[in-house]
Amino acid sequence: MKVSFKLNGSPVELDVPPNEILLDTLRFRLGVRGPKRGCERAECGTCTVLLDGKPVYSCNIFTVQVDGSEVNTIEGIAQKELGKELAESFSREGAVQCGFCTPGFITTSYALVKENPNASELEIKKYLEGNLCRCTGYKKIVEAVKKVISAYRK
Amino acid sequence: MYYNLPEFEYKRAENLHQALDVLKEGDWKILAGGTDLILDMKIGRQSPKKILDITRLGELRYVRAYNGKMFIGGGSRLQELLENALVKERLPLLSSAIYEMASWQIRNVATIAGNICNASPAADSAPPLLIYDAKVKLSSSSGSRTLPISEFFLGPRKTAISSYELLEEIEVPTLDGYFQWYYKLGRRHAFTLSVVSAAVALKIENGIFSDVRIALGSVAPKPVRAYTVENELKGKEANVSEIERAVEKVAEDISPISDVRASAEYRFKATKALLKEALFKGMKYFGGGSG
Repeated sequence: MKVSFKLNGSPVELDVPPNEILLDTLRFRLGVRGPKRGCERAECGTCTVLLDGKPVYSCNIFTVQVDGSEVNTIEGIAQKELGKELAESFSREGAVQCGFCTPGFITTSYALVKENPNASELEIKKYLEGNLCRCTGYKKIVEAVKKVISAYRK
Repeated sequence: MYYNLPEFEYKRAENLHQALDVLKEGDWKILAGGTDLILDMKIGRQSPKKILDITRLGELRYVRAYNGKMFIGGGSRLQELLENALVKERLPLLSSAIYEMASWQIRNVATIAGNICNASPAADSAPPLLIYDAKVKLSSSSGSRTLPISEFFLGPRKTAISSYELLEEIEVPTLDGYFQWYYKLGRRHAFTLSVVSAAVALKIENGIFSDVRIALGSVAPKPVRAYTVENELKGKEANVSEIERAVEKVAEDISPISDVRASAEYRFKATKALLKEALFKGMKYFGGGSG
């Protein structure tokens, strides 16, 4: 099945079987290893990518479903100003320990700041409910996003 | 290592007409968002031979208000409905339920029709739709039929839809002047499956329950209305003892099971506690009783 989409701004054309999962296409076919394979069942969020700007679990969507769309992963987000600010804020606030969940958290956070630059603490937590971290306990992650949001608002 | 998902024949429909034409052949499994389907395929609960992708059907993504009713396109993403001001204002129970469903990543992909057609006993959009007496429009290449949502759910993962039909639209009458209350009880607050979910809408006039609607999820093989409790209350005086007496009858409406999330006994107790809370609050809302 022929599929074409924009990946981090560059056009991609592939021939994939319909039962191929987007996370596999990204990691194995395209060598894009930022999105991680965690729970494999749409719970942990470390595989999060942006599909037309909205965060989705790449482990839970067929590659054929993104035909014609725009996909952004942490690799692309890390190049953007807001992505850099988030990465810096995460490291400054100590929101990273083992780092396995970080690509997913930054990807979702990127979308949330774009979507709601006035998000309250409660709203930040709500947007991030689909990302799990087993090290830091979330407080520092939420702090890191809050810092970026208050800077972004100015 | 690639995921090892079963192979299937794949077709993508570009419009509704095309989708219904394909469905006519029979045995096509619909992929609306796929969030439940792909998980089911990973654990081997479903392994469809033929999948019809309808994710591109933009014509099924809408919310319209007309004549005291809301019309929701089946392909509407849960997140779209959550962000819709009309849904929030006119269908507060549905809006509250969706707020607590899954996570942002899933709500961006999952559709309302998918949640209904998957027919989990824990489908969180179901209790509100039961309260509003919603109807589903099932379309096929030979026409459409409309069914009350209460007749649509038949059992766990069983519905009245046939393989050549597609859930095109949900018609939801709004409720004016009602106290409306929704609560999802889970093992935790965020991103979880419900242990019990309860939706209640009621009206009290001159101290009398003029209407009471109660819908419950995760406590029976399918989402249900608690008609026994409703009938025990309708026409009765709105007071604590009537409520306590009526709520005890919920045993006739539900048949909870024990599973990984909770025991049947806990679900009984929790259901009664939730109903009392809702009914007491409703009483207060209409200025009655001391709670």
